[in-house]
Amino acid sequence: MEAAVFILSLVDCCALIFLSVYFIITLSDLECDYINARACCSKLNKWVIPEMVGQCLSTMLMLVSMHWFIFLLNLPVAAWDIYRYLKVPMGNMGVFDPTEIHNRGQLKSHMKEAMIKLGYHLLCFFIYLYSMILALIND
Amino acid sequence: MSAPGYTNLNSSVSYSQNSTPNGGAAPPYQNGPTQAYQSMNPPPGCYGAPPQQQSYPTTPAHSTPAPGKASITKSAHSANYYQSNHQPQQQQHHHIPQHHVAPSPYNVPSSQSYATHPSSGPPPSNAQYNQQQQQQQQPPYATPGSYYGQQLYYPPPGQHSSQQQQQQQQQPTLVTAPASGPGAPLYPIVSYPSAPGSSQYGTLSSTQSTSTPGVMPTQMGAPLHQYNTSRPASTTAVQPGYNAAPPSQLAPTVNGQGSTAHQHYDQSHQASLSYNSYGGVTHSSGSTETDRPPSGTPSTSVHSSPGHQQGGDTSSSSTGSASPVPNSYDSLEGGNFPDSMPSSNDMTNQAASYGSYGYSSMQPAYHQGPASHADSSPSHDPYGQSSYQQYSQPFPNLSQLSAALGGLSGVPELEVEALRPVNLLQERNLLPPRPLEAPEPNLSPELKKVNCSPQTFRCTLSSIPQTQALLNKARLPLGLLLHPFRDLQQLPVITSNTIVRCRSCRTYINPFVTFLDQRRWKCNLCYRVNDVPDEFMYNPVTRLYGEPHRRPEVQNATVEFIASSDYMLRPPQPAAYLFVLDVSHNAVEAGYLKYFCDSLMENLDRLPGDSRTRVGFLTFDNTIHFYNLQEGLSQPQMLVVSDIDDVFIPSHDSLMVNLKESKELVKDLLTSLPAMFSQSRETHSALGPALQAAFKLMSPTGGRVSVFQTQLPTLGAGALQSREDPNQRSSSKGVQHLGPATDFYKKLALDCSGQQIGVDLFLLSSQYADLASISCISKYSAGSIFYYPSFHYIHNPAQLEKFQKDLERYLTRKIGFEAVMRIRCTKGLSIHTFHGNFFVRSTDLLSLANVNPDSAFAVQMSIEDSLADSSLACFQAALLYTSSKGKRRIRVHTLCLPVVNQLSDVYAGADVQAVTCLLANMAIDRSITSSLSDARDALVNAVVDLVSAYKSNVSNLLQSGLVVPAAMRLFPVFILALLKQKALRTGTSTRLDERVFAMCEFKTQPLQQLMRMVHPDLYRLDNMSDQGALHLNDTVVPQPHLLHLSAERVSRDGAFLMDCGTVFYLWVGKCCNEMFIRDVLGYPNYASIPPNMSHIPELETTLSERVRALLDWLQDNRAFCSTIHVVKDDTSAKATFFQHMVEDRSESASSYHEFLQHVQQQMSK
Repeated sequence: MEAAVFILSLVDCCALIFLSVYFIITLSDLECDYINARACCSKLNKWVIPEMVGQCLSTMLMLVSMHWFIFLLNLPVAAWDIYRYLKVPMGNMGVFDPTEIHNRGQLKSHMKEAMIKLGYHLLCFFIYLYSMILALIND
Repeated sequence: MSAPGYTNLNSSVSYSQNSTPNGGAAPPYQNGPTQAYQSMNPPPGCYGAPPQQQSYPTTPAHSTPAPGKASITKSAHSANYYQSNHQPQQQQHHHIPQHHVAPSPYNVPSSQSYATHPSSGPPPSNAQYNQQQQQQQQPPYATPGSYYGQQLYYPPPGQHSSQQQQQQQQQPTLVTAPASGPGAPLYPIVSYPSAPGSSQYGTLSSTQSTSTPGVMPTQMGAPLHQYNTSRPASTTAVQPGYNAAPPSQLAPTVNGQGSTAHQHYDQSHQASLSYNSYGGVTHSSGSTETDRPPSGTPSTSVHSSPGHQQGGDTSSSSTGSASPVPNSYDSLEGGNFPDSMPSSNDMTNQAASYGSYGYSSMQPAYHQGPASHADSSPSHDPYGQSSYQQYSQPFPNLSQLSAALGGLSGVPELEVEALRPVNLLQERNLLPPRPLEAPEPNLSPELKKVNCSPQTFRCTLSSIPQTQALLNKARLPLGLLLHPFRDLQQLPVITSNTIVRCRSCRTYINPFVTFLDQRRWKCNLCYRVNDVPDEFMYNPVTRLYGEPHRRPEVQNATVEFIASSDYMLRPPQPAAYLFVLDVSHNAVEAGYLKYFCDSLMENLDRLPGDSRTRVGFLTFDNTIHFYNLQEGLSQPQMLVVSDIDDVFIPSHDSLMVNLKESKELVKDLLTSLPAMFSQSRETHSALGPALQAAFKLMSPTGGRVSVFQTQLPTLGAGALQSREDPNQRSSSKGVQHLGPATDFYKKLALDCSGQQIGVDLFLLSSQYADLASISCISKYSAGSIFYYPSFHYIHNPAQLEKFQKDLERYLTRKIGFEAVMRIRCTKGLSIHTFHGNFFVRSTDLLSLANVNPDSAFAVQMSIEDSLADSSLACFQAALLYTSSKGKRRIRVHTLCLPVVNQLSDVYAGADVQAVTCLLANMAIDRSITSSLSDARDALVNAVVDLVSAYKSNVSNLLQSGLVVPAAMRLFPVFILALLKQKALRTGTSTRLDERVFAMCEFKTQPLQQLMRMVHPDLYRLDNMSDQGALHLNDTVVPQPHLLHLSAERVSRDGAFLMDCGTVFYLWVGKCCNEMFIRDVLGYPNYASIPPNMSHIPELETTLSERVRALLDWLQDNRAFCSTIHVVKDDTSAKATFFQHMVEDRSESASSYHEFLQHVQQQMSK
């Protein structure tokens, strides 16, 4: 059972890692002017909710399986994702807004955020991996 | 689908949606163009030397005298060029090495282009330089062609001195025609020098236009001679701006030509070829505010003196002999290039020879040091041939002209003055007598001469701090304020096969690059060393080979290139105008429709465009009505689409029609439109669907959509709810709903932007219409927004008048389509935030579906890397657009500023007006993203920070009180004024729409206009004297002193004029001198002045003339016509006058003194 939870988290985590990489690549494409802001933002906005769901999923899994430490580790990130989604002003086209993304260093802060998330997910990945192996051995 | 549904206007047929959802022809929507325009860089091919047969594509080959014909030929030619000519040759391009030294490329003349000419012999030059009026409406392109033609008749330079006269006379006839073609009368060449924009329209005298061509030929035929001519003109032009040359020196008017300033500008224009003339203008524009040298400055005239001509000839002959190569370039029209600097008039004593050697050796360090130039230059260059040298000349000249040039030589003093600590609590009189000027960057004089006009390009800090740390220490924002498409009187237009650009950063070559040697130049933005293409080695002006540094591109900070097809994704589209009109009951009540139709009817022939111009109309209430105006119909047909949930276009080819062909139908429609809906009872408004329909209609070509809306949209997509709570209007807590309620308008605007459609919004509403949401349609499609609160054609005549005047300007102003603007800056600087109406497509690229001459932009910069390795920082804004005549053009502005490492220098160069405007933009952003009170706090903190930073870092005096550098002494007043603006005020009842509109204005108004709105200019009129007055043409324009905006400066026995940018108030005190009332207002005494007087009668008295001259002069400085209101001391209108007294206490805001005390408290915390 425990092993199954971690395998699921591991898969989820992999997806999140890929998503972070995708965000980074797309944002840096925008930075280098390979794609325009409109295309970039519509691409990224599509994945904001899946990312949020994925993050919440692993948080819930940890809560359900009562791994408190990992749950607490996941919680702030999930909260941030939800907060970010909710605070989008009504007139904006999503978390990534093509008319704003070049202003006030938003591009940079999005980039920074994606980088931090990548690091965080990598860390989680190894924690899950370790926990999974531990769980498998214990079984 | 078109046939069945058509009905006459009176019987409309509804289309039902299901039958044809998209009308079957929804234009493919894609972002395509966007992508394509993404880089303004031409493919590498264009860099290559021109293939031999490549004719001058852009220059028409004809020398047709007939005006009408010229333009036609042009278009034909261009088409030809793009399709047949150019493409095949492109391949050739690629193979030719870039720095191909062989002269062959210059033999360019293709038989094709010159075929029309009788003796297509001599050689066209590879590049043409036309100095022409910047309006595209003129048939500018015709001129070049004629030059070619002309040239043929001329023997090589030097031989035909005798012919010159003849040529001069001959030329005008040939060229004149085009110049005086349809466009010319409307868009006069030069009106009044200092008038920035609007004045162009209309002032122009026809002689000017004709004269232009006249001069050009001269130049071509006898280049040197022409230098003589033009140079003086340009020189003079410059002088006023810099206060430079004393009139007396210039004065020796030879021809008796321009004895007034006005004429003098004409002159410069005539000499239009002079490249530097632009520079001249630039400075001259500055001169508006400076004291202009008395009209006497007779500029030109020099050219007529025989002696000079003689000289010219000689020198030209020497040119020919010395450098054989150039001969092939005969055709270049170049102008007299060079120098915008006021060089001494007596050229006679200068040696003519220099030019002949073709500048074989480059001057080292073009921009560095005056010293190097100083020695070499003065002796040569008499005829202004070598502009380069001219620049170096200033020093000797300076000393000669010391009086006039005082301003220049006194830079250090200025700086000292700018740094003088000012104790705000003690000094009460802070305003200068005349409106503030932009501070002059502390550059060497020759760079200063060529620098971009502050009206076009301005930086908040005219000395750029070296590092971000230093910038942070100064506590001032770093940013640029741009007005790139401003109406200019003169603009060098360059037609060239090769537009020289840096190979790595794609910067256009500009006056601030460094020529390392003859073949290489160093980019001033990225410091890459580039090769000088062969074509560029030839100087069209002197017709010398090897003078790249004297090309017009390198002599002018503002130039316009005619772009080749490399710069376009699709053939230039015709100008297309779609008018979307609200005809609901509310609109009928407001009664705008009739005035709109009248105004459009009047200006139908003045709409910018050519024979391809297309127009269309669309009206909407709860349905959408299209109008079939296809040529051949007996009357317009109305097509009604009642399905607003899925809008489709009922017919594709007949809704946007060629204006020329269907003019009668359009007029019919405009006549009948107001009556058609007079009985309308429909109160709903389907704005969203109407915009969608407009988008679909315009997608194939792009163009301009003008939307007239009178109420909140209530139906279909984009329907909005009222969000304003009238009880909260004067709340001091926070203002909600400053941002849009839906993203519908933003998305649609981005779609429009992608299809090159600009949407301009006219909101004429008496009730809340949620401008915050609707305005997005214009904000992101680079449109403009006009708002007329409480518009009613009977009850509100003031708004009606403003609407009519705005509309006239709007319909006739210049327009550029499919535009993109890229702002590049020196390595180490980067753009942080953009302000204005546009869509930012990539980090430095703004997408502007339409660009108009009245909108400005601002950007905030940050310093990412230290700028220590360079002493200069440069900014370049390149605007690529399609003119209404279907030409692709690139307007390039380059600004150069010194880099400093001392905080005191940063303060000395601070531009308080620019800082205020940038802060205003930042505050608007802040109030939308955060809250209004945050934004207000941030503004107050800006003052507090500045004062404390100055106190702790620079000022050594241990003075108590508020001490600021003199350059920033007006900062607190301006910030206080900002806090009292509609956009940012709290506590005073302000309608949400008006507040949002004021915010939009802040984002788009050019600096000068914005400053007048924020801090109006107040003058006392009843005791004006002629002291220091300007003398323009025959009128005397008095220059009364500026007064502080405080009621204590206003007295009951006077009359005061307040210039608020969009409106003038003339306040007449109760005890005002009766003579003033009689002489100016035409009433016997104060009591008989009517309460709603809104014009100044034309009376024959001196005082009346002075007042009207002043008003006209102020009016010339702005694009839109301002209305004037006479305010009596006792009427209720008084409040509107006194609410602009920003230094006084108001019901909810503090006075200036209180504000200072507040700042002081904050500091001590």
